[in-house]
Amino acid sequence: MGGIVYFSSRSGNTARFVTALGLPAARIPLGTDTKMPRPDMPFALICPTYADGEGRGAVPKQVIRFLNDPDRRALLRGVIAAGNRNFGTTFALAGDVIARKCGVPVLYRFELAGTETDIARVRAGLEKLWRAECLTM
Amino acid sequence: MKDMTARRPIPRAINWNRLQDDKDLEVWNRLTVNFWLPEKVPLSNDVQSWATLRPEERELTIRVFTGLTLLDTIQNSVGAPAMLADAQTPHEEAVLTNIAFMEAVHARSYSSIFSTLCLTREVDEAFRWSEEDPHLQAKARLILDEYGADADPLKRKIASVFLESFLFYSGFYLPMYWSSRAKLTNTADLIRLIIRDEAIHGYYIGYKFQRAAERLPQAERDALKDFAFALMFDLYEIESHYTEELYDGIGLAEDVKAFLHYNANKALQNLGFEALFPPAACEVNPAILAALSPDSENHDFFSGSGSSYVIGKAVATEDEDWDF
Repeated sequence: MGGIVYFSSRSGNTARFVTALGLPAARIPLGTDTKMPRPDMPFALICPTYADGEGRGAVPKQVIRFLNDPDRRALLRGVIAAGNRNFGTTFALAGDVIARKCGVPVLYRFELAGTETDIARVRAGLEKLWRAECLTM
Repeated sequence: MKDMTARRPIPRAINWNRLQDDKDLEVWNRLTVNFWLPEKVPLSNDVQSWATLRPEERELTIRVFTGLTLLDTIQNSVGAPAMLADAQTPHEEAVLTNIAFMEAVHARSYSSIFSTLCLTREVDEAFRWSEEDPHLQAKARLILDEYGADADPLKRKIASVFLESFLFYSGFYLPMYWSSRAKLTNTADLIRLIIRDEAIHGYYIGYKFQRAAERLPQAERDALKDFAFALMFDLYEIESHYTEELYDGIGLAEDVKAFLHYNANKALQNLGFEALFPPAACEVNPAILAALSPDSENHDFFSGSGSSYVIGKAVATEDEDWDF
């Protein structure tokens, strides 16, 4: 079994997606005054994208801060990226940036707060991922 | 003695180093970095491609672009300025003036496409059509009614998000369709710049709606949600007629409607609401999705679509932020 860590800005799209998933999840705080989650088991990261037209600034600073810790990074198994196809080539780019930086796969991409189909696919996908994780441990 | 109540109070000078809402600066930065002008796009490279379109396809394309021009004109001169009075922070006002100006750039861009590709006579005919088309006029009317001075500020935001995130898409479909068939590809590049801007506008106005709505009692929030879904139903009804009128001739109306459903759901999500149309109604033609976000192929681990382990491609990152 693995966990979920996610970031959502005050627009709340990613938070609504995570609520709809209905799985236990820890939120990376918006401000610096609240403590970062300390995962103690393998987890998937769900992260929205904030890239400009050139792809800069895709990953929110809070998520970078969270990942700037080898202990947390060691438990990261993959990234689920949110975005909006209207941003063209930079759609869900945060997933690609984190995958490359951390050497983990992009597990899934969805738009805004996701659809029913996205929720079903991510639930099934995570279940499969954690089953595979148990077998290799 | 002068009537003091009629005088406008002097605004406070805007201080961008004292923010009430971080989102204002985040969106201002995004919008200003993304600034563009139509001269940036080599539209004249589409002249040969334009000549390959059949006369009815050319007429359709010009009409679709005049319809989009009307929406951009409304948002530039009425919609964004109308929301200025409702702004909760001085920075929100500044963002709205940026939005207003970019809508003028969008409206101006369609005329650049026209002057590059089309005959004056064809374009004049299409502008006349836009003034008389009942469906185009009906959607403009519905939105303008909510932009009126006596309208509710939050209903104004709902109407504005629907314009930005829903009403444009019956039009945006066509250049994405041409692009998927390797036609008018430079025009499609310009439209993608517009689509990118409208996504930020819809997101930001929807965000401000959510911030304001969360301070209201539940009954008022419920009433706003009922209003939003009712307005979406009314607009959708008009949009389906508009879509049939324009696209039945080339047999694409049903394909366009799937794209409308998909975008209606996204517009509602920008307001923090759930989807209206079920997934089966939102199965957008994959060629259109690929034209919308080229090079971002949907290969990922869970979809199992070929490559089983996707490590992201090389992209720009601000390396100073990452310690490792």
